[in-house]
Amino acid sequence: MKKNWWKVLAVILILYTIIEGFLGKVPAQPILHESIRNLYFHVPMWFSMMTILFVSVWHSIKYLRNSSIETDIVATQAAHTGMLLGALGLITGSIWARFTWGAWWVADTKLNGAAITMLIYLAYFVLRGSIDEEQKRARIAAVYNIFAYVMLIVFLMILPRMSDSLHPGNGGNPGFNKYDLDSNMRMVFYPAVIGWILLATWILNLRVRLEKIKRKTLLND
Amino acid sequence: MKNNIALIILILLPTLIFAQETQQVEMAEGLFQSGKIYVVVTVLSVIFAGIVGYLIVIDRKISKLEKEINKK
Repeated sequence: MKKNWWKVLAVILILYTIIEGFLGKVPAQPILHESIRNLYFHVPMWFSMMTILFVSVWHSIKYLRNSSIETDIVATQAAHTGMLLGALGLITGSIWARFTWGAWWVADTKLNGAAITMLIYLAYFVLRGSIDEEQKRARIAAVYNIFAYVMLIVFLMILPRMSDSLHPGNGGNPGFNKYDLDSNMRMVFYPAVIGWILLATWILNLRVRLEKIKRKTLLND
Repeated sequence: MKNNIALIILILLPTLIFAQETQQVEMAEGLFQSGKIYVVVTVLSVIFAGIVGYLIVIDRKISKLEKEINKK
């Protein structure tokens, strides 16, 4: 139990945001109405995706330095976990867009950037799948992963801020911090981000351990 | 004179109503009064509890496997 305190913390934080996220006070805004509460659930998906993908690229760089297959396992499994969070972020964002902007998808720099980022990471898995030799696969995938993370920063953080965008916080559009005058929302939003990052870490932890068991048993056979 | 005032009010009436509409943003006060938002909170909590329970079960299974493999 002492080793698992962070898993407990993840559950407590997310449970708190589910309860307080629905019952707490939020600023009244036209168009958004109660859907402003989506901030507590949609945005943490992206924050935790970027954190987990940073873990992935960090281990890829580590792999290039020490060539330990263990860091390669972490890098791959983190990329998988990141894609799960990214897919959830895309779907929830699409639902939110339907009822505020009026369409499931609009050709917006932020939205298209997010979709392109997902495709770049899908190519990472295709690249891995196409190389049989373990060391070679790990090395080439690690180099590609660094490229993929740089592209993620460009497509999600830089390009949307340089052009017009409907998405809050981009292209001269105010983010939610402008409406949150009494910091009520921050008290839910920050715990939500930390909670989801911890939950994503838990899923990553399970994936890495499972993959190690798989490799060990395959070697023994 | 009286008729004129009535006419002016009549003309301005739509704009007055419109102004009220734009000022007030409709939130889910009614939902809170009837208390049904708690149903949604409960449902989401149950779903989340289910997912966490699932993760715990997988975690334990993997721990067991790890122990067995390390014994060999």
